[in-house]
Amino acid sequence: MADAVLFDKIESRPPPRSEGGPLDWIRERFFGSVTNTLITIVCIYLLYVLVPPIANWLLFSASISGTDRSICDANPDGACWTFIKVRFDQLIFGLFYSANPDQLWRPITVFAVLAVMIAWLVTPATPNKREVGAFALLGFPVFAYALIEGSLLGLPSAPTNEWGGFMLNISLAYVGIVASLPLGILLALGRRSELPVIRSLSVAYIEFWRGAPLITVLFMSSVMLPLFFPAEVDFNKVVRAMIAITLFEAAYAAEVVRGGLQAIPKGQFEAADALGLSYWKKMGLIILPQSLRISIPGIVNTFISLFKDTSLVAIIGLLDILKTAQNASRSIEWKGFDIEAMIFAAFVFWVCTYGMSRYSQHVERSLDRSKRS
Amino acid sequence: MATAEQERAAGENNAANTASNRPMIEISGLNKWYVDFHVLKDINLNIGKGERIVICGPSGSGKSTLIRCINRLETHQEGSIIVDGTELNDDVKHIEEIRREVGMVFQHFNLFPHLTVLENCTLAPVWVRKIPKREAEDTARKFLERVRIPEQAEKYPGQLSGGQQQRVAIARSLCMNPNVMLFDEPTSALDPEMISEVLDTMVDLAESGMTMICVTHEMGFARQVADRVVFMDAGQVVEIQEPEGFFSNPQSDRTKLFLSQILGN
Ligand SMILES: Nc1ncnc2c1ncn2[C@@H]1O[C@H](COP(=O)(O)OP(=O)(O)OP(=O)(O)O)[C@@H](O)[C@H]1O
Ligand SMILES: [Mg+2]
Repeated sequence: MADAVLFDKIESRPPPRSEGGPLDWIRERFFGSVTNTLITIVCIYLLYVLVPPIANWLLFSASISGTDRSICDANPDGACWTFIKVRFDQLIFGLFYSANPDQLWRPITVFAVLAVMIAWLVTPATPNKREVGAFALLGFPVFAYALIEGSLLGLPSAPTNEWGGFMLNISLAYVGIVASLPLGILLALGRRSELPVIRSLSVAYIEFWRGAPLITVLFMSSVMLPLFFPAEVDFNKVVRAMIAITLFEAAYAAEVVRGGLQAIPKGQFEAADALGLSYWKKMGLIILPQSLRISIPGIVNTFISLFKDTSLVAIIGLLDILKTAQNASRSIEWKGFDIEAMIFAAFVFWVCTYGMSRYSQHVERSLDRSKRS
Repeated sequence: MATAEQERAAGENNAANTASNRPMIEISGLNKWYVDFHVLKDINLNIGKGERIVICGPSGSGKSTLIRCINRLETHQEGSIIVDGTELNDDVKHIEEIRREVGMVFQHFNLFPHLTVLENCTLAPVWVRKIPKREAEDTARKFLERVRIPEQAEKYPGQLSGGQQQRVAIARSLCMNPNVMLFDEPTSALDPEMISEVLDTMVDLAESGMTMICVTHEMGFARQVADRVVFMDAGQVVEIQEPEGFFSNPQSDRTKLFLSQILGN
């Protein structure tokens, strides 16, 4: 028999340190090889060529004082933010409110409530999330409509077809999001249903709406829809756009939700069944809470594109922020300042979508963490 | 068929032993196919109240399929399954009623990862049995104590070891106050050192008089608690015996081969 071979116990020791601080890090990352060095140099050169003039035009030489174009005309090397300042109310709140500045408190209140509500929902560990969420889904749209439209509360009426500016984009996106998600969930469940009729209807719906570009859907909704209804039924344009966006977006939401459903192991369904939970309780208490959490990044993603797509309503004659900006830069007073108008509209969209994408990244990270534990 | 005769006799025998004369579970003429594949072949099996059955057999012999038919996780095409007087058929009311009365423990635990241990245990009692939340929580804590993990109630399943998760799964089923418990290889996904803690819980449960049907390869457990051992192969019941006889004097060649393989002699 062979002799046993014994080994001494080995103590753990710390991992070998890579020496050097930030300077070494820079040298390694940016100048580690000839190619790296070349790329770094080209990039620095491009930054040097591009950034100073852009920053100069945007900020340092830009004009913002005054209330008419004279100051901008005197300063052709800088952007004309005076234009944006003067037309700000119109760009954000639309024609009605810029014409009635004493009523501006109404949309501002709505925006403030919206901001608080969203902050409440996305901040971890705030209490009463469920109640706030229910308000966001049901109460807030009614509240916002009552206050912005006004006649229900005895305030001067701002009819929906005079809604405009960024307020209109937000209204469309909000209704689109809040209404399309539940519809999308139902469609996703329908697509996985064991009942052939429900399944085929869901598939047909999803494939139909996914096949059409939103712009044609909007166009059809304004041209076709009235043909199917008697002349007395006066769908207003905003409601029509909301319906079109919701129906359209639900198909996309459904596919994202379905992806999340597919990621839930079969054992979860079986355990819920074995405990005697009915279909809706199984879905509502066990499956959807898990799958929606997984789908949040994808859902936010579709909402970001929905949000930007709201500017397509210009096709049916609504004056959203983009169209308002365009019109303003073609008005006699501010002709020629198209770039400023577009940059401002883009910036407003960017701030909102960037916030959404940061939120979804945050959710993704916390999902990763919970998976690891 | 000799085996069918045998098992019917055994079932009647057992039913006579228990107070009520109606078996808890009556399976007769059960046949099931996966498309063309005949996975369960003419199964007849009566299980009395309080009886403990161990089902064993080679992989793919249909053990899981059989017990999953009992709570309708799988549907059968022929024959009948009657659980505590209720026949399993397409009637959703019957299915839900039976699922309330029949608890199931899975190989991979299948706890709900987004709920705490306590919530896992109270969810079905509250939503299915409509028991007030406080009462359900008290019951849940009692059962968690019984499976010896009362201190983990506020944790999430992902924070527990496999053995602890399986004991939570057992407690979760018990919280529904079932008449029958089904176990599908409850220990085969566990590391060896955790198997005994789960088996201890199951022995404890068996001693309390629960009707149990366990698919398991833990022959020590079968010896200790089973009233009868059911051996399945290729979709059919091959042999039913009391554990004593099953291990010392198996009748069929297939049983002998199987036992020699798993007992290693
Ligand atoms: N959903 C299914 N579709 C088709 N065939 C299936 C399905 N589920 C199981 N089978 C087949 O049915 C047979 C019995 O499966 P079952 O899971 O009941 O076996 P088992 O005895 O539990 O085996 P194991 O010990 O491996 O768990 C196997 O041959 C399996 O491949
Ligand atoms: Mg199995």
